[in-house]
Amino acid sequence: MNLLGKLDWSAIPFDQPIIMVASALMILVIGAILGWITLKGHWPYLWSEWITSVDHKRIGVMYILLAMVMLLRGFTDAIMMRAQQAVAAGGAEGYLPPEHFDQIFSAHGTIMIFFMAMPFVIGLMNIILPLQLGVRDVAFPTLNSVSFWLTASGTLLINISLVVGEFAKTGWVAYPPLAELQFSPGVGVDYYLWSLQISGIGTLMTGINFVTTILKMRAPGMGYMRMPVFCWTALASNLLIVAAFPVLTATFAMLLLDRYLGFHFFTVEAGGNAMMYINLFWVWGHPEVYILILPAFGVFSEVVATFSGKPLFGYRSMVAATMAICVLSFLVWLHHFFTMGASADVNGFFGVMTMIIAVPTGVKIFNWLFTMYGGRVRFSVPILWSIGFMVTFVIGGMTGVLMAVPPADFQLHNSLFLVAHFHNVIIGGVVFGVFAAYNYWFPKVFGFRLHEGWGKASFWCWLVGFYLAFMPLYALGLMGMTRRLQHYDNPEWQPWLVAAAVGAAVILVGVACQVAQLAVSIRDRRLLRDLTGDPWNGRTLEWSTSSPPPAWNFAVLPQVGDIDAWWSRKQAMPARQEAPARPYQAIEMPKNSPTGFITAFFAVVTGFALIWHIWWMAGLGLVGAFLTILAFAFRREEEIEIPAAEIARFDRVHEMEPAQ
Amino acid sequence: MNDVAVALPALRPDLRYEIPASEAGPAPKRIVVAYGFWIFLLSDVVMFSTLFASYAVLARSTAGGPSGVQLFNQVNVAVETACLLASSYTCGLMSLSVESRNRAGTYLWALVTAALGAAFLALELQEFAGMIARGATPQRSAFLSAFFTLVGCHGLHVAAGLVWLAVMMVQVALRGFLPSVSRRLNCFSLFWHALDIVWVWLFTVVYLLGIRA
Repeated sequence: MNLLGKLDWSAIPFDQPIIMVASALMILVIGAILGWITLKGHWPYLWSEWITSVDHKRIGVMYILLAMVMLLRGFTDAIMMRAQQAVAAGGAEGYLPPEHFDQIFSAHGTIMIFFMAMPFVIGLMNIILPLQLGVRDVAFPTLNSVSFWLTASGTLLINISLVVGEFAKTGWVAYPPLAELQFSPGVGVDYYLWSLQISGIGTLMTGINFVTTILKMRAPGMGYMRMPVFCWTALASNLLIVAAFPVLTATFAMLLLDRYLGFHFFTVEAGGNAMMYINLFWVWGHPEVYILILPAFGVFSEVVATFSGKPLFGYRSMVAATMAICVLSFLVWLHHFFTMGASADVNGFFGVMTMIIAVPTGVKIFNWLFTMYGGRVRFSVPILWSIGFMVTFVIGGMTGVLMAVPPADFQLHNSLFLVAHFHNVIIGGVVFGVFAAYNYWFPKVFGFRLHEGWGKASFWCWLVGFYLAFMPLYALGLMGMTRRLQHYDNPEWQPWLVAAAVGAAVILVGVACQVAQLAVSIRDRRLLRDLTGDPWNGRTLEWSTSSPPPAWNFAVLPQVGDIDAWWSRKQAMPARQEAPARPYQAIEMPKNSPTGFITAFFAVVTGFALIWHIWWMAGLGLVGAFLTILAFAFRREEEIEIPAAEIARFDRVHEMEPAQ
Repeated sequence: MNDVAVALPALRPDLRYEIPASEAGPAPKRIVVAYGFWIFLLSDVVMFSTLFASYAVLARSTAGGPSGVQLFNQVNVAVETACLLASSYTCGLMSLSVESRNRAGTYLWALVTAALGAAFLALELQEFAGMIARGATPQRSAFLSAFFTLVGCHGLHVAAGLVWLAVMMVQVALRGFLPSVSRRLNCFSLFWHALDIVWVWLFTVVYLLGIRA
């Protein structure tokens, strides 16, 4: 019996120069960062302040950092695909062999959805939810840390696949029977499945955590109809996580049983049913797109209201539209495969439902427009992203409704028209949304604003680049080009693909501007410093505390009497006045815990061992994870007490006055 | 600016009114923990419903192999069900002992609950072993894959519950009825009852309908 399972030196692709150079670069960069940290002696600080932190703001920052690094990784894949398709016309084969190209498009989709968009959105909710709700932390702080580190474990595993072994060549959806052992005998699909199972557990726990936080932990006075819209959208998003992610977990578990133990859920023989996988995948997959977009809608609602200096138009209709989308998102999944061959009635039902779900989204667009109408709009970076979103997302929404018509979908299914559509809504919606949020809430988290000029440059590059890169794909789809082509014969397609590649290059400039923006802002942080805690004249409670907020967020829990709680408090106390003597009390805060990090370490060990069939190591990893949780269950102290004097001292230094 | 005129309760102490539950501020930890665990149980039920759905789709895909009529043993299933339902009752008695801080009662009823759970598992494993011995392995057909996964997943939950219960008894022995220990015991009993509910569905969908078909 081989002690290392299927793992040997042939797993490392020495014969593929592109992969080897990329891997060497990645290892070099990681090595350099780790070396620098060691040299500077930052490990104790990182360990006690970040890695073991259960503070929701710190965890949120780590989520977003992870998402940004993965954005670079996924974007590199995108650039490679655009370059390949720009040149591989006629007889030309391009520079990427098919088996490598297949891995790249699979990795691009998987990374962008699961390890870029999800961590970014979850990171934002982590930072902002407790602050907007006016409370001190999420419901289960240590569980929150475990969630983050499991997501990081999944990310690590999927990136290991670049160096050791291979990634799936099945597309990011891994449809059987292609994803079955019979047709994908390598470890690629196993990397896909285990990294998503591990990070999926983290996401599910986040969903449970945040639903409980929103429904059971709000500042006194904050009834449901006084919650900021971002909290409502986060609630809808997390309800969807709780209801949808278990489906994905179960579906992947079935595929794993097929691959590891020879079960017959989705195989082509012994009665297996591959279409069942596709149905179940999209029962998760369609709510998933709303899990991502709803918090972005929340961000736009906050940004538009703040920068227009007006309360959000139609708060109640916004809440109703959000919850309507939450429910309807479970009734449209079949539109991802009208071509399955269901009856006309079934296709008709899902087509109509898909068109109906566009209605609440339209309501939201009008609410944002009417919020801006008659307001004094300050054209700062966050609102630029919001306006860019409104224009772009409407186009993406309309092409979506077009494809909701089953006969039209039979023509457009799996064409580049579809690819253009979902990039149109995901980039134009989710990505623009998280960038708006990044610029909007950055000063809250770090105490200084991001540089405006670089931010605007980045926005315009992204916007122009987006249209250049994806509008040609609509045309190509109508011309009959299908997705995932490594090369093609039709020379008429090439000019469009060259244009798309140019668009990707313009987006690259936008990404470079964002990196520059961050670097310049950190360099000029004294100039960009915000001492008020409320740099945008905000409306919701996160702006009522200092920037960055203390570990306990609020010295005294705020009393809420209105929708825009902070705005009305500012209105009620117009003049600068002596802060009333505040009744400081000692605060119990959850204690830091390495449980998340250690559990995640064992999760990586287990995942890697299972991918390579190293059974003894998988067993060891599972036992390790179990013992870690056991140790956590038996710890003596769960909380530390922050004395009232320390809180009073912090408040004196960061004097927060509701005066503008 | 229609919100300017709205006064805050804090600023207007003369305005006294009944505070609705949704405006009462953060709930105590006991409530938060139990609530979070309910949400987890709902997610677990969603996972089971996925397995139920795939079982329903594949139930007739026997690929020429044995079907439920040939494999299921009503007597065995009836005894299993009796064990599990009885264990839910004894789990309830354990909760009452926890409530009254009665250590001896807690140990006793935990032991009975665990014994009934273990008996259930033993019967289930015996059933599985018998089927495998007759060639009805999960690799034989899609129906059997779905059967073993659905029933096995429930069995795994029961096994996890037994481990959890054992850990909790150690905690009661070492720590007594600390608030954290009581909260966890409360979650355990929610978990155990939920498994019972899943079993009732499972019993109906798999065994009762399977024997009839």
